[in-house]
Amino acid sequence: MDLHTITTVLRPSGADEVQTWADGHAWLAGGTWLFSEPQVHTDTLIDLEGFGWEPLKVSDAGLEIAATCRIVQLDNFKAPPDWVAAGLIPRCCRSFLASYKIWNEATVGGNLVMSLPAGPMISLTSALEGVCTLWSRDGTERRLPVAEFVTGDNRNALRPGELVRSIHLPLAALRKPFAFRRFTLTNLGRSEALLIGTRDPDDAAILLTVTAATLRPYQFRFPAGVSNAEVRNALDGAIADDRYLDDTHGSPRHRKHLTYLFAEQIRAELGV
Amino acid sequence: MKLQVNGQSFDREPQPGQCLRTYLRDLGWLAVRKGCDAGDCGACTVWVDGRPVHSCLMPAFRAQSREVTTLEGLGADGQLHPMQASFQKAQAFQCGFCTSGMIMTCASLNEEEKKDLPFRLKGNLCRCTGYRAIEDAVRGHVVVDDDVAGRTCGANIGTSFAEGLVQGRERYTMDCVIDDLLHVKVVRSPHAHARVLAIRQDAANALPGVRLILTWEDVPRKAYTTAAHDDYHCDPDDTFLLDNVVRFKGQRVVAVYADTEAIAEEACRLIEIDYEVLPAVFDPVEAMKPGAPRLFPEGSEARIDDPERNIFKQIESEVGDVAQGFAEADEIYEGDYSTDRIQHVHLETHGSVAWRSDDGRLHVRTDTQTPHLIQEKLAYVFSVDPRSLHVFSERVGGGFGAKQEMLTEDLCVLGVLKTGRPTKWEWTRSEEFIAGPGRHPYQMRVKLGARKDGTLTAVELRAVSNTGAYRNHAGEVLSAALVSPILSYWCPNKKGTGFAVHTNAIPAGAFRGFGRTQTAFAIECAIDELAEKLGLDPFTMRRINMIREDSAVRGIFPGGDEFDIGSYGLDQCVDFVEQALQSGRGEPKPQGDEWLEGKGVAIHVQEGAPPKEHRSQANLSLAADGTFHLSNGVAEFGNGTMNTLRQIAAQILGVRAARVETVVGDTDRTPFDDGTFASAGSSVCSKSVELAANGLKGRLLTAAAKLLDRPVEEGKLFDGNAVFADQSISLSELYRRTPQADLKFDVKRRAYSTPTTLGFVVQGFRIAINKETCAIRMLQSVQAVDAGTILNPMQLSGQIEGGIAQGVGSTLFERVVIDDEGDVQNATLRNYRIPAFADVPRTEIFYANTYDKVGPLGAKPMGESSIVPVSAAIGNAIKDAIGIRLTSLPFSADRVYEALYGDDAEGAESTS
Repeated sequence: MDLHTITTVLRPSGADEVQTWADGHAWLAGGTWLFSEPQVHTDTLIDLEGFGWEPLKVSDAGLEIAATCRIVQLDNFKAPPDWVAAGLIPRCCRSFLASYKIWNEATVGGNLVMSLPAGPMISLTSALEGVCTLWSRDGTERRLPVAEFVTGDNRNALRPGELVRSIHLPLAALRKPFAFRRFTLTNLGRSEALLIGTRDPDDAAILLTVTAATLRPYQFRFPAGVSNAEVRNALDGAIADDRYLDDTHGSPRHRKHLTYLFAEQIRAELGV
Repeated sequence: MKLQVNGQSFDREPQPGQCLRTYLRDLGWLAVRKGCDAGDCGACTVWVDGRPVHSCLMPAFRAQSREVTTLEGLGADGQLHPMQASFQKAQAFQCGFCTSGMIMTCASLNEEEKKDLPFRLKGNLCRCTGYRAIEDAVRGHVVVDDDVAGRTCGANIGTSFAEGLVQGRERYTMDCVIDDLLHVKVVRSPHAHARVLAIRQDAANALPGVRLILTWEDVPRKAYTTAAHDDYHCDPDDTFLLDNVVRFKGQRVVAVYADTEAIAEEACRLIEIDYEVLPAVFDPVEAMKPGAPRLFPEGSEARIDDPERNIFKQIESEVGDVAQGFAEADEIYEGDYSTDRIQHVHLETHGSVAWRSDDGRLHVRTDTQTPHLIQEKLAYVFSVDPRSLHVFSERVGGGFGAKQEMLTEDLCVLGVLKTGRPTKWEWTRSEEFIAGPGRHPYQMRVKLGARKDGTLTAVELRAVSNTGAYRNHAGEVLSAALVSPILSYWCPNKKGTGFAVHTNAIPAGAFRGFGRTQTAFAIECAIDELAEKLGLDPFTMRRINMIREDSAVRGIFPGGDEFDIGSYGLDQCVDFVEQALQSGRGEPKPQGDEWLEGKGVAIHVQEGAPPKEHRSQANLSLAADGTFHLSNGVAEFGNGTMNTLRQIAAQILGVRAARVETVVGDTDRTPFDDGTFASAGSSVCSKSVELAANGLKGRLLTAAAKLLDRPVEEGKLFDGNAVFADQSISLSELYRRTPQADLKFDVKRRAYSTPTTLGFVVQGFRIAINKETCAIRMLQSVQAVDAGTILNPMQLSGQIEGGIAQGVGSTLFERVVIDDEGDVQNATLRNYRIPAFADVPRTEIFYANTYDKVGPLGAKPMGESSIVPVSAAIGNAIKDAIGIRLTSLPFSADRVYEALYGDDAEGAESTS
């Protein structure tokens, strides 16, 4: 929609050109959320497109996803054959409520920064042990695991003016076998619960990531041979009932039910 | 900024926060539509450098130096793009508002992508079709028949606007370019119930570009109702243009008129209003209790049945003796049911544009179902001569009942009256949710009694509807709710008690199948429950009790029978559905013990005309060139009525449909008509056309017989000629040779809603339900209807499929969520989901073989009623599958979970 309060669009070619930050400023990535709701408290858009960040960079250390990487670019990514967990990429791309047409503009970083519980890029990158690189206006840089970056429903660790530069997915995580479970109230709708498990090829430890059902991602590391009771105890201990999301895409009790159901299925699938 | 659009170069700077959609529309590419304005509906889909994007989400400045293609530019060298041709040949639209985005999306798909339409089309919402026709188009199916003289009725005649629509030439309400427009925005109440104490507008007035600010003190203090009905008594006058008392959160309080929407919005934010907040009540049962906040105090309670208890309309009536009936019963079932508020989600939001022409007349371009009633209402409110007002539509992007209200026209006309400038008001999608009409939520109690053999001895229904702050249509909806579903059964003892109750919720309104959709859910579920108690299967139970061809048709009102069963096909419909559900067709149950399967059925008997008197007139004339001109004041918004009317005229006049130029929806160019509601299009309006066509046919044959000196009985009309045994004359020649004094080739005929026939519809579902996740999967959907003669099978199946899709949505997930403070929690399409392609099952449709004695050419209406039995049929299938009766709509998986595991939900984790 037209954002009638916007008076200025800045199109810098690098982050160092943006020295000041004021209330009313907003970074513009794909714009697919910014332009979907009135933004009456925003008057200036600062376009990231001119930064020219390489969308996807493969290295010995893993995969570096620029914040401005379009969803379509990530979906089209051809991973090395031994990156077993790259199979999560198309699954998570297909976990958007939004149409594939939106993928042409929407970005991975934008999905993280929105920090909605159902953000599938949050599911993907947190399950793959992603670490965000954050840039602040004073030129400092810090790193945070994605699972810690998102702190609540539409809340995250970003400070004013700070931006997400990239998300690094470590090679070890990309090589793990995985299990994926998702439920939506309407067919192909918004995720009511999205759980991902990965298994360490060396020690068979399971990393379980709970997203969409809960206000923020929750991660659990289980040793090989973990029992269902142990998984349930861990969920019980970590996720209080009021941490399950209550909105039109699912009730907290059903989300909790799905979380336990899928956690058990993932445990069974990966605990070979 | 330079860019290419459809091969043409443009150089124009966008506004900083402008999205690509409005930028393109400002350049004149009006086929790029605004549906949701938030990326959810896809109506704005265009290609940017060959890739489809939702242009409402794309910053306009990002289009710099890029190539944009809109629907207008899709074809090349004057030829339709194959996908445009396919949409025309499959008539893959009804209102057509989604078509631009739908074609642009489908045309971008390669063959591989076309294999997964549920995924590829999840970002393109259509509220009309149920998507089957759209799939037909993508698959290249040709559905439209050739337009052949003498065979127009019964054929799949395509609508006359199809070719323009698929090329982006059809114009909806906002698709007009008018200079010097004023834009309206309103300040809406943040309180559910409050008195306005002071309004400070200095800061807003000081804003450059603000031209007019109106409060309750500036407008005529003349009460009216927003609801459109011919019968003035239906909906008492309870609304002022702007009021100093607000009764729901979202009610308009101040209207701002400014040079741009942006300025108007900014001005709204600068206006400060002091309120005295009053106590509010949202539940209708609470609102009836002593001590509940009273919405309409003394002096404002005109024609409210019980203002102290907030009861606008109370109906209690009985035929036979219900108490005696229950005393005779061997089994009695009693149960409570409820339905929620549903939004229409017509893809074109409410909006209108008004201006004054040089001759002083006021023109109102609007998306309405009732242009003539809006004209009268405006004339009343502003105390002007109705003849000085011209109310009209070109294309209307859906309505489903929501556009039977005067919601935007008034403030636009007021703007013109006050400023002389043309004035436009276009609602946002969110405004539809917070201030537009919706389906009345109902709380119902059903009590049924029957003998051991299954014979119903008594039917009793109690219903409480929440009409919200104002009464729009509530009385008629309540009446339909109490009467209509009960007509299905011939039981001699029936009683209905109903209350339409004011609360501080958003006003409800008319919505396809109003009232009956709610109570048919309750009654048809209850019939299954009683059948189970009696050990009868649902089909047997219904066959024992459903009305028969010779039954007296009685609702709850004593006295004469107001209905004629013009044709009876209910028995055939029940058979069709039973056989289909037993056939093994459809999808198999998914594998795995966690999936349970169930079947369900529900029936419905629908009155073939609106409950109150309905007037329609057809004017039909022969032009000098031998073509016909038909005008009728009905509205076309995807219902197909315009096409049906010309088919009927063409059939009777023996010409191709294309020879009948048809005009609807325009108070200057059509005679008075009540408009489009409650299936009037295919009953009353069609009847007027049938009468006019027969009248004109008689005059033409008489004139031709006289001219050729032949017996008139010998003559017939065929393909533009009056044909006699051994001689014929073309109609253009007849026109030319008929002496001026005898030229009476224009006929006007009126029709009314009596006599009223009955249509029949039976819906069956086979579903699977996953007892672990609580997901519901549709395996088979069957609907059988008795619509008498089928005038246009393609259009009828489209109406049926569209109604079923809406029914599936409101059964499985649709619900406007309003919190304890009266705030709508899901006022966007991403949070209020309507069925997408993936959500709608394909339906097997069967038609009873009947010919209606009342309806035009043996036909009876069926556009509305397809939705009515859907919820109960699904509910009955769920009961069959899991053994639990769900009583509150919608049946979303999270609610199924509560029903399955309820208080024991924690325990369910360990068993699953």
